[in-house]
Amino acid sequence: MNYVFQFQEVFAAWPELLRGAWLTISLSAGAMALGLVVAVFGALGKTMGPKPVRWLVDVYVEVIRNTPFLIQIFIIFFGLPRLGIQLSANQAALIAMVVNVGAYATEIVRAGIETIHKGQIEAGLALGLRPLQVFRHVVVFPALRTVYPALCSQFILLMLTSSVVSAISAEDLTGVANNIQSQTFRSFEIYLVVTALYLGLSLAFSAAFAGIWRVVFARQDRR
Amino acid sequence: MIRQFTTNEFLFILTAVRWTLLLSLIAFVGGGLAGLGVALARTSPRGWLRHLATGYIQVFQGTPLLMQLFLVFFGANILGSGIDPLLAAAIGLTLNAAAFLGEIWRGCIQAIPKGQWEAGTALGLGYWTRMRHVILPQAAKIAVAPTVGFLVLLVKSTSLASIIGFVELTRAGQIVNNATFKPFLVFGIVAAIYFAICWPLSLWSKRLEARFGVVAR
Repeated sequence: MNYVFQFQEVFAAWPELLRGAWLTISLSAGAMALGLVVAVFGALGKTMGPKPVRWLVDVYVEVIRNTPFLIQIFIIFFGLPRLGIQLSANQAALIAMVVNVGAYATEIVRAGIETIHKGQIEAGLALGLRPLQVFRHVVVFPALRTVYPALCSQFILLMLTSSVVSAISAEDLTGVANNIQSQTFRSFEIYLVVTALYLGLSLAFSAAFAGIWRVVFARQDRR
Repeated sequence: MIRQFTTNEFLFILTAVRWTLLLSLIAFVGGGLAGLGVALARTSPRGWLRHLATGYIQVFQGTPLLMQLFLVFFGANILGSGIDPLLAAAIGLTLNAAAFLGEIWRGCIQAIPKGQWEAGTALGLGYWTRMRHVILPQAAKIAVAPTVGFLVLLVKSTSLASIIGFVELTRAGQIVNNATFKPFLVFGIVAAIYFAICWPLSLWSKRLEARFGVVAR
């Protein structure tokens, strides 16, 4: 092997990489936030809605979970303009990510809701707690506890999956890497650096999520 | 020139499924063998093996599969010879599957009650005998449901092979869409085919989980 690794061109492009990484983070965070809204409605529809609504939520969740994200993006990016909705690659990426993570999060939130038994609410009221206190201590907090770890791993999964949006030439971290690659032909070096960046991002986010868990939830345990 | 979407285009897409299935099969078998190694290393009594396996899993679960495929693909170019996209995809997906299956199976191995290990030791069984005759048969039972669940993820993951230029189901859909400009029809069909493969697996996994998955946690 007489290949000479050259990283200087890759490192020279750090402002672009930074911008790409920032888009990856903001796309993931935005999609997660909007996806959670979808998920709350989905989970409510699934647990309390009338039959047709429950059926619709089921179809949504199953279709999204059993088809590749790449195909979902293609349908949105190539399909929606046919309906007269013009989208930039980044917008299409965000929509696809919301639709995708919404389905997974629906299942997570539903599981969270189902951990709360009616009896617990009644018990809270019987103990003389006011309804708002019951809601806070008996419903929201335990449900969040159940849901939090799963949502955190879902977020990291989403961030890693989001590299696929580069396939429709969105300018996320991978998209930027593709651009640099086509200008410098330093394919291996650029993807090695970007892979390391992704790894750094996922480690940083898991550490941050674990920290939040310790502050918010673990303290509750000690009581 | 825009082509019509005819039976030919449909058949082109439909026959590309075999490449998706082949790739899934290769990655599943290869990833399964390597994954067993990862799971054993991850639960090994030797510290350095455990660390090695933990690092391996962390790297592959902490980076995008697409980057892993790119690194295999372009890494092979560096080594001199170019690489066939099928081979690159197969290697990348195998390495990836090994990490995921390794982590899933680690959980299954560790779910076996400690008493079983101790009983094995008390009977004077060595590590390998104990593993083979006591631990793994029980762990395998719990492992079936999540493994089938992972298969769904794997089949979907093979769609990324299209990005490094391997013509499987997704790439076939792209080729047809570029010629016919019927994105809803074309990708709808592609999605339906993936769904037809993945959904039965999902249902099966759920049924298995209901049967003997509860212990796995």
